[in-house]
Amino acid sequence: MATTEIVHAHAAPQGFIRKYIFSLDHKVIGIQYFFLALTAVWVGMILSLLMRIHMIWPNADLPILGHIQPETYLSILTMHGTIMVFFVLTTAPQGGFGNYFLPIQIGAPDMAFPVLNMLSFWTTFVAFVVILAAFFVTGGAPLHGWTGYPPLSAMQSTGPGEGLGADLWITSIAIFCAASLMGALNFITTTLDLRAKGMSMFRMPLTVWSWFITAILGLLAFGVLLSAGILLLMDRNLGTSFYVPLVVVNGQIMGHKGGSPLLWQHLFWFFGHPEVYIAILPGMGVASQLLSTFSRKPIFGYKAMVYAMLGIGFLGFMVWGHHMFMSGMSPYSAFAFSILTMGIGVPSAIKTFNWLGTIWGGRVRFHSPMLFAIGFVSLFVSGGLSGPFLAQPTLDIPLHDTAFVVGHFHLIMGVAAIFGIFAATYYWVPKMFGRMMNETLGRIHFWFTLIGTYAIFMPMHYLGMAGQPRRYSQFTEVAYLQHLIPLNKFITYCAIITIAAQVAFVINLFWTIFKGPKASDNPWEATTLEWTTATPPPHDNFGGHTPVVHNGPYEYGVPGATRDYIMQNDPATPLNPAH
Amino acid sequence: MSTVTPNLAVKYPRTRDTGGGDPPSYGGGNGDDRGNSGASDYGDRLRRARLGLVIGLTAVVMLFVGFTSALLVRKGLPTFDQQTNTYSRDWVPINLPWILLLVNTAVLLVSSATMEFARRDITRQAALAPVKSIPGVSLGDESRFPWLGSTVILGFGFLAGQFLVWRVLHERHTLVNSNPSSSFAYLLFATHAVHLAGGVIALTWAGATSLLHRPVESRRIVIDIAAWYWHFMALLWIYIVTLLLIAG
Repeated sequence: MATTEIVHAHAAPQGFIRKYIFSLDHKVIGIQYFFLALTAVWVGMILSLLMRIHMIWPNADLPILGHIQPETYLSILTMHGTIMVFFVLTTAPQGGFGNYFLPIQIGAPDMAFPVLNMLSFWTTFVAFVVILAAFFVTGGAPLHGWTGYPPLSAMQSTGPGEGLGADLWITSIAIFCAASLMGALNFITTTLDLRAKGMSMFRMPLTVWSWFITAILGLLAFGVLLSAGILLLMDRNLGTSFYVPLVVVNGQIMGHKGGSPLLWQHLFWFFGHPEVYIAILPGMGVASQLLSTFSRKPIFGYKAMVYAMLGIGFLGFMVWGHHMFMSGMSPYSAFAFSILTMGIGVPSAIKTFNWLGTIWGGRVRFHSPMLFAIGFVSLFVSGGLSGPFLAQPTLDIPLHDTAFVVGHFHLIMGVAAIFGIFAATYYWVPKMFGRMMNETLGRIHFWFTLIGTYAIFMPMHYLGMAGQPRRYSQFTEVAYLQHLIPLNKFITYCAIITIAAQVAFVINLFWTIFKGPKASDNPWEATTLEWTTATPPPHDNFGGHTPVVHNGPYEYGVPGATRDYIMQNDPATPLNPAH
Repeated sequence: MSTVTPNLAVKYPRTRDTGGGDPPSYGGGNGDDRGNSGASDYGDRLRRARLGLVIGLTAVVMLFVGFTSALLVRKGLPTFDQQTNTYSRDWVPINLPWILLLVNTAVLLVSSATMEFARRDITRQAALAPVKSIPGVSLGDESRFPWLGSTVILGFGFLAGQFLVWRVLHERHTLVNSNPSSSFAYLLFATHAVHLAGGVIALTWAGATSLLHRPVESRRIVIDIAAWYWHFMALLWIYIVTLLLIAG
């Protein structure tokens, strides 16, 4: 194995605090991000469970919470969306796995700026604490939804949660923006500047490409969200009128005038749509990686995959208006946004075709990570196909603000991305913690989650077409929705079962970390650089050396090779005598 | 499953490209130079820090892109007047203390110049460091102008000048919520000031590294990055003033 000496960016820490709390090691920081996201996802999931229970039993008295009031329902809805989008879907795949594996996969000893990396995590942590604090202040959490549309979000007196709770919500988002920008800076610099010898851009694993492109999206999007958030804070606390027109609240004329709520929508969705890809692109990278590895075949169309991701990222910045078809925008603008949105179907189809081409004819190994990767593709297709419906203004007008949209974005942005996270977890936990996850529990977890999530979100498309609005806290007394109550009950039961199945995942994870069977250095017989080093990797990733890369990332089934895969750092492998 | 036809004349199996064979001499990021002398390592660190700075400044640019688009949209918005039942624009051009702003601009530009001298000075010192380290070689005692200290003082001077601008606006009863034009002026000034204050902290840190007897190459990286950041702040300031002049 060809290696060269390197000088590591920082010495291995000794004390507990520097080693595990304020660590500069990207691997520790990645694990910190992972567990932060794991905590957040449970908070978000419990909130979704409360919503589902309230929807079918609106008058139920719940333990501790009692009777959920409509405004409490909206607070729960807001916090569920915000926590899931920011602290789970953005944090786990990029902050967690990206942090841990990007440097190793490009043969670097650490991130380019380790101190900034540590700051990035702890800033995210502070943002999470601040948003949780909104639950406990007077008035409770805000009720303006994760999109925070003004004027509801821009004034203190519009609802019980719109006082300090809303200020904390915006502050948390602003802090999160700063953290994400620091992270993006690190990811981009590391990818461009710290690749090992021989690791040309087109030898990078597709996971690295996905983290790299996600970081670019984050860099361009979070700055704009930060600017929008600052303006919103000013409207709320300094009496400015960026977003607030002349409004009357509870019979009282407010001091604002002339602002435009649509200005917020433009700025927010300029961030919000790329955010969808920030959540899903790392999942695409992981799916590509795993489909190739477990099919024992090279990825089908490597460069096409890279260009498709770049295309999706580029188009992602040009389609924000499709969230605003109902805002009264010019039909010509809507037409442009519509065409561009449907254009995203092209690179998405390329990716799907290539994923299928990758597993086609392969000797597929159906381990848990592979199951979740296949599940990702399935959900990506199922959730993605309803996209072109909503991309057309004529269809979006009746479907907008119905359960159809909830079903669509949960499948594509929520569950598909979560399947990417699960696939990554099952795939990389052996490397991260040195122990193999339980395969049986993994399969149980997979089937319950796949069937459960489909059972939850597929019927929502029907509910939406039948006219069930989203965000309403109570509809059981509405006559035209009566016949939908049984289906809503079915969804709630499925949600309870699916959430219960996640306990199997948590048990499996923690059992593995402490008691699981030891993993070898390369249990999946994969080719990328993280599998060339010890399990778990040493502080500097490669034990005082850095690999020299000779091969592409997906050299499986190479004719003439002694085994069915060639590691990226393998020098030319001698010909198998059998050939 | 290969796309490569096996060839008996080939001694080693060919791998698909994404590139088989020898590592490219051009690519490979920074790893190519690892393990060389310390000077080379500093060169790598400087390049990496500059790259990081450019990326970080992109985020700042996007922040101001957000503000600028908000300003242009907000300025063009008609608002409903209840008394006349008509739509009209409520944007009243802001009356800024231009003389004072001109002085502040001059202070910032001069500070950018002093910063550049500081950057060139430390670059020269870093370049001469290997020569100086040769026993018996002396370049003589050079008396140096405290460019860095001057920049910090001018930076504080600019911030103080901005404080005066805000005082003047206050005295004219042009408050942050008086009109959208004043809201944007306060917003842009304050955001720039916060970023510039960050630069002042960076410069103070750069000065501290000198006192802490850090290696000259290490100090060079800090000062170099601070200098480019400082120049960017000057550029950003000119942009803000121009924006307010044209659209404010």
